[in-house]
Amino acid sequence: MRYYTYFPGCSAAEGGAKAYNWSVRAVSKALDIDLVELDDWNCCGSTPSSSVDELGAFCMAARDLALAEKTGLDMVTPCSACYVIFNRTNSYLKQYPELKAKVDEALAAGGLEYRGTVRIRHILDVLTTDVSYDNIESRVKKPLSGLNVAPYYGCQAVRPTPSFDHTESPQSLDKLIASLGGEPVNFPLKSRCCGGSLIITEEDLALGLIHKLLDSASRNGAECLVTVCPLCQTNLDAYQSQVNKKFKTNYKLPILFFTQLMGVAFGLEEKDLGLKTSIVPVEKVLAKYI
Amino acid sequence: MEVKARPDTFIDEICGIPGGEGIRLCIQCGTCTASCPNADKMQHTPSQLIAMARAGMREEVLSSNAMWYCLSCYLCTVRCPRGIKQTDLMHALENLAMREELSHAGTFTPTMYRSFNHFSCSLGSLPEFGFMTWFYLLSNPFRAWRMIPVAWNLFRRGRLSIRARRLTPEGTNQLRSILDKAESIGGVS
Repeated sequence: MRYYTYFPGCSAAEGGAKAYNWSVRAVSKALDIDLVELDDWNCCGSTPSSSVDELGAFCMAARDLALAEKTGLDMVTPCSACYVIFNRTNSYLKQYPELKAKVDEALAAGGLEYRGTVRIRHILDVLTTDVSYDNIESRVKKPLSGLNVAPYYGCQAVRPTPSFDHTESPQSLDKLIASLGGEPVNFPLKSRCCGGSLIITEEDLALGLIHKLLDSASRNGAECLVTVCPLCQTNLDAYQSQVNKKFKTNYKLPILFFTQLMGVAFGLEEKDLGLKTSIVPVEKVLAKYI
Repeated sequence: MEVKARPDTFIDEICGIPGGEGIRLCIQCGTCTASCPNADKMQHTPSQLIAMARAGMREEVLSSNAMWYCLSCYLCTVRCPRGIKQTDLMHALENLAMREELSHAGTFTPTMYRSFNHFSCSLGSLPEFGFMTWFYLLSNPFRAWRMIPVAWNLFRRGRLSIRARRLTPEGTNQLRSILDKAESIGGVS
């Protein structure tokens, strides 16, 4: 059994990406991973908060890190935005002593201190590095033979700091798909941006970026696409019909969290994976395997 | 809040913000601009913005829409041959623009970021539905109509929670004390 502190993040905990949280938990359980949710965590602050009030944003992330430090375990998150923010906070507190002094003073007002020892992990890193591909392959009950899957990493799981995979041409998700018996298709835009939160304010611009991703995945023969980030999933899934309207296309590409696909290959219950929460239906493509 | 004198030059001001100091290293190669998915939508490209900042064009830089089009995809950051954290530089410029209230530049992104920050700070968690509704009321209520199909699709699949996740009362107070203190300290620079 492996133990980690688990930080689901707002979208996966109570927001639009609940299926990610469910499937992460179900798959982890099947792989003997114990995820202990961080007690009383708060929003990581994300990129919007660091643009509005940078010190406040560092302090929000630092409260979570201080709470996590007490557990002495690595903290794993399925959300790429939380992942980037916690890593940024860790590296900035090390690099800028003046900033650290300010954050320490604010944390002290809440009776906390942070020494900077928490290692932040993305769930994709944990599932591919700590649990090996061989181990994953050995748990597969329904190999995804013949299923063409586009591996979509997005931005913030692999950038800015090179950690567990290449910053522009990552491979971990490709290998994971292969170990489930599926076929990772060539997907040149695998680490390009989905538009992020600008889908809210600059919709035309974001729809353009989503269109490019759907176009590239479809042209390369993908029958479905897997993501590692709540926001990428929402943008590609919930806005796919808007893309079709704007660009006069007819994409019906199911967008899954990679842990949902793992769950299907492991033969886990559909209700534990939240497959019915997808807006573009996944049942037809996965019919052979469910 | 402590009142501080503004540094003599714009470049000193930027360098005083963690992550901003790399601006001195730029060689104007344009790699950031060529890598940016949104450079063509910006009034000034990322490399132009750096050149302008170094020329002391404070007003023009801070009132530009450029940084508000940054997606934080970090492609420029990993490619910069001088190791400049260009994405963090954009965040630093957003902070300065926000402080000066020069932050509209024809885009509602600053309003959206403020709404996000308002909810995440006061509740300690982001209620997606409440945040989006609040943002559309502040920006353009008519756009909310166009969002109804997207919202409906999310709602009927159980993906739109009206209820916000709340911290315990102790956790809420602790976060409040920390953020109040941070506010009294003033800022990162």
